[in-house]
Amino acid sequence: MKILVCISQVPDTTTKIAFSDDKKQFKTDGVTFIINPYDEWYALVRALELKEAGTATTVNLVTVGTATAEPVIRKALALGGDEAIRINTDSDDPYVVATQIAAYAKAEGYDMVLCGKESIDYNNGVVGAMLAELLDMDYIGFANKLEVADGTATVTREIEGGQETDTAALPLVVSCQKGMAEARIPNMRGIMAARTKPLKVVEPVAVETLTSIASFEMPPAKTGVKLIDPENMDELVSLLHNDAKVI
Amino acid sequence: MSVLVLAEHEKGAFKKKVFEAVQYAAGIAQQQGTTATAVVLGAAPADALAQLGAYGAAKVLHVSDERLNSLSAKAYTKALATAAEKEGAKVIIALHDVTGKAVAPRLAARLKAGLVAGAISNPDTSNGFTVKKAVFSGKAFSYININSDVKVVTLMPNTFQVTKGDGSANVEALDVAFDDKDFGVKVKEVDIVKGEVPLAEAELVVSGGRGMKGPENWGPLEELAHELGAGLACSRPVADSHWRPHHEHVGQTGGTIRPNLYIAIGISGAIQHLAGVNGSKTIVVINKDPEAPFFKAADYGVVGDAAEVLPRLIDAVKKFKASQN
Repeated sequence: MKILVCISQVPDTTTKIAFSDDKKQFKTDGVTFIINPYDEWYALVRALELKEAGTATTVNLVTVGTATAEPVIRKALALGGDEAIRINTDSDDPYVVATQIAAYAKAEGYDMVLCGKESIDYNNGVVGAMLAELLDMDYIGFANKLEVADGTATVTREIEGGQETDTAALPLVVSCQKGMAEARIPNMRGIMAARTKPLKVVEPVAVETLTSIASFEMPPAKTGVKLIDPENMDELVSLLHNDAKVI
Repeated sequence: MSVLVLAEHEKGAFKKKVFEAVQYAAGIAQQQGTTATAVVLGAAPADALAQLGAYGAAKVLHVSDERLNSLSAKAYTKALATAAEKEGAKVIIALHDVTGKAVAPRLAARLKAGLVAGAISNPDTSNGFTVKKAVFSGKAFSYININSDVKVVTLMPNTFQVTKGDGSANVEALDVAFDDKDFGVKVKEVDIVKGEVPLAEAELVVSGGRGMKGPENWGPLEELAHELGAGLACSRPVADSHWRPHHEHVGQTGGTIRPNLYIAIGISGAIQHLAGVNGSKTIVVINKDPEAPFFKAADYGVVGDAAEVLPRLIDAVKKFKASQN
């Protein structure tokens, strides 16, 4: 079984977000980029576990990004994986990203494509499902458990108020979230091995951009906390009812 | 060229967020000088569907194939694409929930339609079609232009107040030619946690952090949530220590929620936690450390030990509820 894991690079979770003066660009100076946690902790690690168990034969990584994305993809390779593919373009339109990955993956015969449930920068969570459509595969989103046997995947996914276990024949796209696997830390051997693993650069296909970011905005600052006497919870309840009108 | 909206249901019963999506679609339809058409998939009594008119749908297209009773993203996509073609729809709305997130991107890719996922505003059509959404897990917002002819938007639930009108929608059957391939995903088992308010749709949320000191201290938190009819959440260290189940974890790498009221107890307010909850309309922070960063993001703060404050708060809520009856 050949698995493709989609990797996105995102600002570190502790990043203080700032924008250019015209509010059109996210300021990347001084920002540390990491592998999107959902892609790394759940999609990639689960793929590696499947390979270690002998279920998967190949685990390849793909990212859509310019050369600046290479340190992050090398970091992903340090965790494991056979080779990485970087599609040499950048876009914040998920349709463009999905189209680029689909164009590469189409002829490669992957049995399963894994991605994180969403990236923590633009929080769309849509590339996986778009990819499934473009590759004409089934899709299961928000999975927290994935097993594969005899060409069939058994996937547990989040539904409202609980979870559901589904089965689907391969090929399949799965988006992964918490519960799927335990996060790993790359060891020295992995880091050394990653330096010499193949990192192929693929040129992008022509595709129309369907959405664009017009501008960014910071949330309004809170006007200041109103402190309530811990002895007087009646006052808090009264404020929540009369002022905030939330109960 | 009506505005299409996917109206999810459980045997013909709709949740409030579905009315919200229908109302949102109707608002856009009015803006565009057209009407809203709701699409209902799976078996449901026709008379239950007409009530969507009270939230602004002029028409309901009902695809009654029983195989649609559970989510099959391929089949749902085909049904919506068929409805969109029939209606000549240029704008298609779904909810930004488990179903919408599986279906809307597929549909967008199929129709080559630009997609905004998780909209929190009405579209601004003064210069194109621009929708606001949260980015960087709630640390900021962005305004996204959709440049394509057909547009797909998923609406973040609990963004707008829902107002019931007195309209009634015309219900029409819609036939869609499915094949077996559209139902490739088979449901094997469904496990619904009984008696819990699902976090994603909870209007009130009570959340505990490391300051609760251990899972054995969750009793009062559960009681408060029960009294308020609130959902239960927790911070990442709590889920990672297995004090509480993973699905309760909110924050940048857990769930993102936007309830009307978020009560954080014993949570210091790390930037990653705030990212998942700062869309909440009102935030109450209870923490014994007056320097906890969460107080800066709170509307109301209580500096005190959870073990002492919680019982008083529960009593106050009980007293309030009694006074309302």
